[in-house]
Amino acid sequence: MTTIWTIDGVREALAAKKVSARELAGEFYKRIEARNPELNAYLTLSRERAYAQADRVDVMVAAGKPLPPLAGVPIAIKDVISTRGIKTTCGSKILEKYVPPYDATAVERLEKAGAVILGKTNCDEFAMGSSNENSAYGPVRNPEATDRVPGGSSGGSAAAVAAGLAVAALGTDTGGSIRQPGAFCGVPAMMGSYGRVSRYGLIAFASSLDRIGPFARNVKDVAKVLQIISGRDPNDSTSTTAPVPDYRAEIEKPVKGLRIGIPKEYFGEGIDEGVRKKMEGGIGLFKKLGCELLDIHMPHTDYAIATYYIIATAEASSNLARYDGVRYGLRVEGDSLLSMYRKTRGAGFGAEVKRRIMLGTYVLSAGYYDAYYLKGQKVRALIAKDFRDAFTKVDAIVTPTSPVPAFRLGERTSDPLQMYLADIYTVTGSLAGVPGISVPCGKICGKLPVGLQIFGPAFGEARVLQLAHAFERAGGADV
Amino acid sequence: MKINREDVLRVAELAYLDLSEAELETYRKQLDDILEYAGKLNELDTTSVEPMAQVLTDDQTADATLREDLVVPCAVADDILEQAPDPEPPYFRVPKIIER
Repeated sequence: MTTIWTIDGVREALAAKKVSARELAGEFYKRIEARNPELNAYLTLSRERAYAQADRVDVMVAAGKPLPPLAGVPIAIKDVISTRGIKTTCGSKILEKYVPPYDATAVERLEKAGAVILGKTNCDEFAMGSSNENSAYGPVRNPEATDRVPGGSSGGSAAAVAAGLAVAALGTDTGGSIRQPGAFCGVPAMMGSYGRVSRYGLIAFASSLDRIGPFARNVKDVAKVLQIISGRDPNDSTSTTAPVPDYRAEIEKPVKGLRIGIPKEYFGEGIDEGVRKKMEGGIGLFKKLGCELLDIHMPHTDYAIATYYIIATAEASSNLARYDGVRYGLRVEGDSLLSMYRKTRGAGFGAEVKRRIMLGTYVLSAGYYDAYYLKGQKVRALIAKDFRDAFTKVDAIVTPTSPVPAFRLGERTSDPLQMYLADIYTVTGSLAGVPGISVPCGKICGKLPVGLQIFGPAFGEARVLQLAHAFERAGGADV
Repeated sequence: MKINREDVLRVAELAYLDLSEAELETYRKQLDDILEYAGKLNELDTTSVEPMAQVLTDDQTADATLREDLVVPCAVADDILEQAPDPEPPYFRVPKIIER
């Protein structure tokens, strides 16, 4: 059986000289070579950069120097996050050959902390999708059940961690794109509060929603990676100066007496019976841990999908206007500047991206702005208020991450609205700007992982991680 | 039906997207379904609700005051032009837009 590496495990093995950082990177590349042809989790491998970084770590080990917190830890990066000198495609044909001239701040911070960047992971095109089937480079397969999707849009990052092809990974979450694939692949996956992690170098989809966050094998490692990438960055004016607590210390605090809200709107029509049963088990576990369970109401939950798909597509139509064949990416020649734009964008974007650009352009266009976009922003305020009201009564909110477990490849591609509706439990927290994690909560028929989602108030990451850690330690993954 | 063929053509024009005949009809139907669904927001009376245009509240924003406007070195022009489909340093070249 292959070793399951964790951040602590890597650290101990390096310090005891049981393995070198170079050997460890080599082991992960061997695993990737064996498994990736089937899973398609990685799009690009960055061997040269990874080994150069591993060698720097090995020099530190040999010199007996204190090791930085992620020394030698092999990490994967979603392909919408810029990496200097390493191709970054966003899962799109329009950026097939794009090589960023700079690193995203999150990547820079990981490397500064000693992490070894193995490569770039597959995702839905421009992070638009819930199944990873919208990648121009083919879908990812779920390592837990290879006839099924890994979830999306960060499907490659989730699959890489679940299959042991990386110790941790970065993904991005706009409406559930970290948490839902985490749930489908059975690994903890977290999005911090809006403003917690710098987005400098994240190729934008919907700027009022996009967030970068970690996947790992356990909550402790999620906490560690989040710790490293969090905090103010002068290059992102939406990153806040709010202090970053020591998450690893915070998660050890007892959870007894914490109040957990269970919103009944998240357990209504459309939830899979298997998911519901596992959730009952998961909630029971919190009770055993001494948490106080309270029924709460979040009355605007049912309006979240419509609100999300108006706001996210409006912002996407604006953000994706930059792909015009002039400065980077694909160009398809035309007989005028405008025809060059139209042909480039028509040929370079895939079906889902075009659909969202069309929808976003429509809701922002003259005569429809008030009816859709402004209305959406108003309802967004009501959804955010649902969360603020709830957090006056409870410390955290527990829900399913997704109403369904991983579905079969191709099963849902024909009807985009049906695909959107499955994001019901994740888009709410995205709109409100609060932090959320998905932690494994058993498997249906011992096979398909279920994710339990924990929301906390804005900048309450420590509380979210603390509950997730206690849940995991109490056997949450096996309920 | 909220969306007709002309609407789709108008939106494609605004978004600079070349669409095939098949795409036009597919998107017409799909946008129609999605907007029909989005109509449920009208069940809510939002007359007295302020739109949420910002996620962060004032006390969470890092830059309550604007940063200083400083000139910093930024020698990336070559790297950037290297990514251009048709560069002519120090310019990006595009099809002719003005007839003399």
